[in-house]
Amino acid sequence: MIEDLKGFLSVYAENWHDWGPQIYEAIWVTIQLTIASFSLAVVLGLLLAVGKLSNIGLVRGFCTAYIEIARGVPALAVLFLLYFGLVPLGIVFDAFTAGAIGLGMSAAGYIAEVFRAGIQAIHKGQREAALAVGMTPMMTFRHIILPQAIRIILPPMLNMVILLLKDTSICSLISTDELMLRAKDLAMMSFLPMHLFLLAGAIYFCLSWPLSLITRKIENLMQRGRRQTFGG
Amino acid sequence: MTGPLLQVEELHKSFGDLEVLKGVDMTLDRGHKTAIIGPSGCGKSTMLRCINYMERPTQGHIHLDGELFGETQSDGAYKPMNEKGLARQRAHVGMVFQGFYLWPHLCARDNIGIGPMKVRGISKAQANELADAMLEKVHMSHKANEFPERLSGGQQQRVAIARALAQQPKLMLFDEPTSALDPELIGEVLNVIQELAEEGRSMVLVTHEIRFAREVADHVIFLHDGVIVEEGPPKQVIDNPQHERLRAFLRQIVEH
Repeated sequence: MIEDLKGFLSVYAENWHDWGPQIYEAIWVTIQLTIASFSLAVVLGLLLAVGKLSNIGLVRGFCTAYIEIARGVPALAVLFLLYFGLVPLGIVFDAFTAGAIGLGMSAAGYIAEVFRAGIQAIHKGQREAALAVGMTPMMTFRHIILPQAIRIILPPMLNMVILLLKDTSICSLISTDELMLRAKDLAMMSFLPMHLFLLAGAIYFCLSWPLSLITRKIENLMQRGRRQTFGG
Repeated sequence: MTGPLLQVEELHKSFGDLEVLKGVDMTLDRGHKTAIIGPSGCGKSTMLRCINYMERPTQGHIHLDGELFGETQSDGAYKPMNEKGLARQRAHVGMVFQGFYLWPHLCARDNIGIGPMKVRGISKAQANELADAMLEKVHMSHKANEFPERLSGGQQQRVAIARALAQQPKLMLFDEPTSALDPELIGEVLNVIQELAEEGRSMVLVTHEIRFAREVADHVIFLHDGVIVEEGPPKQVIDNPQHERLRAFLRQIVEH
């Protein structure tokens, strides 16, 4: 049994000079893809959340529709549409760009709901007090609502980063050269699928676990730190 | 500037089918203090909130310092004012809420300073100086760096009053400022309000503290079911009520 395990692990040692550099490179692409798609999703999600809370009917309708569609359509369908589906229109993205935009647009629907929930959790008196001192609605949002909402939003937002990090793996299906695709290619060339997919899984776990530890830490801090003030 | 500071004309406010205010008028001269009293649900808070357009009146108009408030008028037609204009006008009216609504992410000093800094564009240093002066007025200088969660209700409300004072308002509105406080904390807040009244500030005060209203206000309005049932100097309205409804209301309050 121990001998079996030793034999199994020795395969990694034997192949590491070949796999190592490729895996490192692919990890870096996965991280870049996560950062790019998350950044897009945050910007888009914030705009959508504000739009959904707007009192202009048309804006509210558009944003609500976007959020519902983004949450109801698989990210993979969006990726295929962006990468293959737009070619007849002469719109061609490279695999990384299509992946980042597709995942970002898809995640924006969820992130918009996270923002909206955070914004709506702020007591309306907070907003009224700001309007009463003569702030415009824009100033009120920027200086009073958002700083408070961010505290509420942070844990679910970090959860979204973890989800996105893992979801970048579906970009392998549009040939974005990230961790999953590289693991699959190496598995096929070396005929060692078990070794490579175990490795890929372990790497995703090592990337996401620290994030979930941080999330838990923040949640605990906030539970302890803030007694609710009256109307606050 | 001559003429009254505040003029409320034919104010109506409905929420859906429910008409809360059914045509209310009031006039407030500079340096005067009006108290609005009445049973809960009579519309007194709504009336106050219409004065600075926290609620948009369904009908009727507000004039502050001779200027139409919250609306623009051209060729006899009234149009709602844009947000920027409304914010500029609101800056002249300080408002103190029942629930304080200090901003929990800012310390006492910043709660007071951020408004003038963003609205009037004064520097951080000027804002701090202004905030410290206002904190002194409400006897809270020793808590300048505390966050709201570390302050008692009475202390929070005093900081909230300082925040409104920092606007250098022409008019102060108090919306049941002591109703959310524990009984032993009411006094410190009433004292501060009394001091402001003695400075000759113009104010409109919605309150359940009838004795306080009698002392501080020079005019009392009794609101019932969205209309003014009786009004006049406190001595007349509170000590010698004419209307049966007002008598019943005062009896109830005294019994408490």
